[in-house]
Amino acid sequence: MKQTKTTELLVGVFIAAGIAALFVLAMKVSNLSSFSQADGYTLTARFENVGGLKVRSPVTVGGVRVGRVAHIDYDSGRFEAVATLELDSKYNQFPDDTSASIYTSGLLGEQYIALEPGGSEDLLGDGSEIELTQSALVLEKLVSKFLFSKAAEDNTSAEAGE
Amino acid sequence: MLEWIRQLGRGGFGFFEKLGRSSLFLLKTLAGIPSVLRRPYLLTAQLLSVGVLSLLLIAVSGLFVGMVLALQGYNTLVDFGAEESLGVVVALSIVRELGPVVTGLLFAGRAGSALTAEIGLMKATEQLSGMEMMAVDPIHRVIAPRFLAGVLSMPLLAAIFSAVGIYGGYFVGVGLLGVDDGAFWSQMQSKVDLHEDVYNGVIKSLVFGVVVSWIAVFEGYDTVPTSEGVSRATTRTVVHSAFAVLGLDFVLTALMFGDY
Repeated sequence: MKQTKTTELLVGVFIAAGIAALFVLAMKVSNLSSFSQADGYTLTARFENVGGLKVRSPVTVGGVRVGRVAHIDYDSGRFEAVATLELDSKYNQFPDDTSASIYTSGLLGEQYIALEPGGSEDLLGDGSEIELTQSALVLEKLVSKFLFSKAAEDNTSAEAGE
Repeated sequence: MLEWIRQLGRGGFGFFEKLGRSSLFLLKTLAGIPSVLRRPYLLTAQLLSVGVLSLLLIAVSGLFVGMVLALQGYNTLVDFGAEESLGVVVALSIVRELGPVVTGLLFAGRAGSALTAEIGLMKATEQLSGMEMMAVDPIHRVIAPRFLAGVLSMPLLAAIFSAVGIYGGYFVGVGLLGVDDGAFWSQMQSKVDLHEDVYNGVIKSLVFGVVVSWIAVFEGYDTVPTSEGVSRATTRTVVHSAFAVLGLDFVLTALMFGDY
């Protein structure tokens, strides 16, 4: 059976279109251009409470995304959550008094870790721990704190009025 | 009562016998693939009828699925003021689920049924026996090229479905509903992961391609060689493929995206 040239051409176009579609999915739709996990630079940070932080949440410095959260574990010895941050290897120059805080982007947005570099001369090496951390803000805690302080205020003002 | 239980037993035997027969058939088909690679023109002809001729159906369906997703997603998201996430909604639903699954179902209806009818009719008109008489193995010559063409076409068709669907969603979301162009793509790119979402979608479509092509060629080869038998086999191909695609999709999703 001899193939006509049209058949071969159509099949070629089909295969090319399929590969082009995969390429579009890889380049345009997904985040291929961001970080490769191979040559990362990792830091760990301990938090009392990580709130809604998830694996793959972004890590930013000054609003610029520099990496992401690789693991979140619980340290049963110190009753703390340990987050492992994987940063792009070109950002490996953080002073050892860098602080890490968990913030929420927007009112209902996802949570992320913001790093704030300090002024120290010494740099954090690969795999070292960030000492200064600030836990996630838990909305319920904040509301209950506010309500209690409000109630206490009312009590004291009531007592003062008597 | 006893007769009823016996019937149940016979049904069970029949099921396992068919499963065994189809597994042996799959092994023989896989063994026939090297001989297809030596005669690539057999494969090209099948790629044309299985892949290229399904292309228009897949592309148009993908376009409309993406457009409907954008329309529906927008109506829900706009209540939360989160219409910028429309790109994420459309891309994740299409790349993870709808792309492979809808393509699998359409592929079973468009290409699978045609494969079964063709092979079944070849058997009914004794063309397959004729080949055996001429010492040509019909599994090498007829079955394996069709199976391989189905397996190769499915991931390509699913990728085309997904890409066209996302552009359909883009057209409706950005063009008609006024979602911001930059936010649509940037949110999508930050939430869709190449490994977790795109690769798993491709793996799903490959699995569906193997299963649908397997069912189609087996039902054709196993058909009762009468016109009624061919029509039943064609129906069974579509029904079994639909069950297999939807059932396997749940299993694969649980394995890929479940947290355990």
